Amino acid sequence: MIALLLRDLKLAFRAGGGFGLGLAFFLIVTVLVPLSVGPQTSLLALISPGILWLGALLANLLSLDRLLALDWEDGSLDLLATAPLPLEVALGIKAFAHWLTTGLPLVLAAPVLGVLLNLPTAGVSWVVISLLLGTPALSVIGTFGAALTVGLKRGGLLLSLLVLPLYVPTLIFGAEVSRRGAVGMDVTTPLLMLAGITAAAVALLPYASAAVLRVNLR
Amino acid sequence: MTLSVTDLAITRGGLPVLEGLSFALPAGQAMVVRGPNGIGKTTLLRTLAGLQPPLRGQISGNEDTIAYAGHADGIKPTLTVRENLSFWASVFGLKDITRALLAYDLGELSERAAGTLSAGQKRRLGLSRLLVTGRPIWVLDEPTVSLDKNAVEMFANAVHTHLAVGGAALIATHIDLGLEAELLDVTPFRAKPAPLDDFDGVFL
Repeated sequence: MIALLLRDLKLAFRAGGGFGLGLAFFLIVTVLVPLSVGPQTSLLALISPGILWLGALLANLLSLDRLLALDWEDGSLDLLATAPLPLEVALGIKAFAHWLTTGLPLVLAAPVLGVLLNLPTAGVSWVVISLLLGTPALSVIGTFGAALTVGLKRGGLLLSLLVLPLYVPTLIFGAEVSRRGAVGMDVTTPLLMLAGITAAAVALLPYASAAVLRVNLR
Repeated sequence: MTLSVTDLAITRGGLPVLEGLSFALPAGQAMVVRGPNGIGKTTLLRTLAGLQPPLRGQISGNEDTIAYAGHADGIKPTLTVRENLSFWASVFGLKDITRALLAYDLGELSERAAGTLSAGQKRRLGLSRLLVTGRPIWVLDEPTVSLDKNAVEMFANAVHTHLAVGGAALIATHIDLGLEAELLDVTPFRAKPAPLDDFDGVFL
């Protein structure tokens, strides 16, 4: 288990591993939005929680393509499926490694990049908390999508179309926590919903991913 | 630890390719699978490895005993030879990779990134993975592709040692490995095409 996690982390940080891809995309979004919207700080403060969430979500989506495709191409996925490690666990670990290399950097970068969007100070902690709670769900849902489309040539478009609707609940409640937090409203309800979505996704989706992957490996 | 197959039928892409196949592979023996291209050798090996379910028939003795090596070696180009091997060793719960490095003469290459190896060297790395799985039954699909004469000998030696300690090997190959192996020609087991009136009978 640990070996698979360490290998995935190592691969992500080595040349061509794709670490930083999501982060760079996130940076681009947050830099370009103020330029395109205009310099009205009040407007930016209003939309910044939503923009940060949308940017994080799209940055996540960008890296899903490589999540299982590389392992499928070089045959590692076949070998992993015949290894003693249950496929459910293997995919859970891969989702966790994806979160560590894509989701976590986004969470850490959000407060810094929030400055560019004039994010209200009261909202900073809620943006971080909501992203921290919500991004694991994005990774496991993304792993499920990647397992569904593994083996398809240029499966990226299909992957995005399949995964985006599944991302919607996380986006709605995550952005709602950030928005309410930024204006000082009570966040309990959306926060609990967000936590519930993440808990359910993390608990259930590895099984679904393993099931569809077994079908795809035939 | 005998791998036995009774009345096996297997499919590729939903179509039956082989049917009525039965054989047993006891410990200490090697078996060579032969047959023309497209007959279903790879599909047979993948079914035995548990990567796809059989259409009919029973397979016994393949639970957690099979080390499968297919056309692709599962090598990560940015990891070194040693890192690649150690990863697979720890997935299979083993630590020692020196025996595997020695058997395929990979010692000098061990710190090189696997992406810089030649095709034959990659294949040797892929085959050395079998030695770190600790599993008794090797199921190998065209293992000698891109190997030179020397490396084929290394491979034959590795299989020989494996058989001597009570392992077994099922190998799809067309070259002579110099092993005492039973021959399994799958050509007679080619699945008969489904009768035509099954195809559009309901519409007529």
